[in-house]
Amino acid sequence: MLKVEEMAFSYRRNEYLLNKLNFDITPGGVYGLLGKNGSGKSTLLYLLTGLMFPHIGTITIDGVSAGKRLPQTLQNIYLLPEEFDLPAVSAERYVKNNASFYPLFNREQFDNFLQIFELPQVKDLSQYSMGQKKKFIVSFALATNTPLLFMDEPTNGMDIPSKSQFRKAIALGMSDERSIVISTHQVRDLESMIDRVLVLHDNTILLNESVLKIAEKMEFVHTTSKDDLQGCIYSTFTPQGFVGVRPNLDGIETSVDLEVLFNSIITNPEVVKSLFI
Amino acid sequence: MIFRDNQSIYLQIAERICDEILENKFPPGERIPSIREYAALVEVNANTVVRSYEWLQQQDIIFNKRGIGYYVSPEGKHRIKALRRERFFSDELPLFFNRLYTLGISVEEIETHYAQYLDEHKNNKTEIYPPENLSV
Repeated sequence: MLKVEEMAFSYRRNEYLLNKLNFDITPGGVYGLLGKNGSGKSTLLYLLTGLMFPHIGTITIDGVSAGKRLPQTLQNIYLLPEEFDLPAVSAERYVKNNASFYPLFNREQFDNFLQIFELPQVKDLSQYSMGQKKKFIVSFALATNTPLLFMDEPTNGMDIPSKSQFRKAIALGMSDERSIVISTHQVRDLESMIDRVLVLHDNTILLNESVLKIAEKMEFVHTTSKDDLQGCIYSTFTPQGFVGVRPNLDGIETSVDLEVLFNSIITNPEVVKSLFI
Repeated sequence: MIFRDNQSIYLQIAERICDEILENKFPPGERIPSIREYAALVEVNANTVVRSYEWLQQQDIIFNKRGIGYYVSPEGKHRIKALRRERFFSDELPLFFNRLYTLGISVEEIETHYAQYLDEHKNNKTEIYPPENLSV
């Protein structure tokens, strides 16, 4: 569906923020785009949605360059940026003005998402608090049913119950024809929702794998004894004891800890990558 | 739903559904929630629930009516009990025996405690499946 080939981008001369990116986004996955602050997650999302242009290489959506911004492409993608504003109009007016750009927009689903987020009816969207605005736009984004949906740090500014509502909404808004790409540095919020992991580090995509494959190749160890950490690529001390990760030798599946996975990749990229060859 | 760290999430969800079937929340022959509904309920990716349902299907605990949904097998409850008995003997009992051995507890001692336990719980309404009803 979306293809990135040999892509590079820089804000400054001779200093590539993103370099030699090669990856695909295929339908039917919730992609977690993980990376440190300033690693270029947001920039990558702007490039994928055609808001900015690669300096080298290509980004295509269904074979058409994203940067061309053709209506046939734009009606199939939705980007929810980290910061946004809603106009001072009614919800009804907002839907009327915006939904027509998205042929698969589903009003019934939209109302259902608003209900999940427990959003009160208002005369004017500017009466919503920041968190409520975010819930409103997330509901709209999910209801567009675009095959590609990008969300930049969607849980920022959400309180604890909203994060649970957000997970429910994502579960209901997903389908086999659609992929949702969520950039985040708070992996805990979305751990159970993500089924594909994209790690952006050292100016490139270091990992693009399904959680299934990761569980097959890597064993996550939770233990109270340091001795159980033998062979670990990465381990750390937590209030509950130790947690580490090592190559999965006996084939038993453990649940993938995204935080540990991420840390193991940025401390030991070559070793982790070699597990997936 | 709070997930444990040491078992894959899809199996934990399957176990939860098994508990719900045993509690008659989903009686035999009744439809269980769709994959997407259940994913939203426990807040996980739908693909995870797909795996849970596949596993339950393989174990003949649920079955799929094409295009309609998933239903609890008439034998669902028995299958769950049979599976759990199997697991008890293969996984839990050896650990228990190890405990008995290392702590020097005799089987007679256990028998006394078990008789006491049964006595205390005789008014409990939990269904007891006699072993002869179980086919593994």
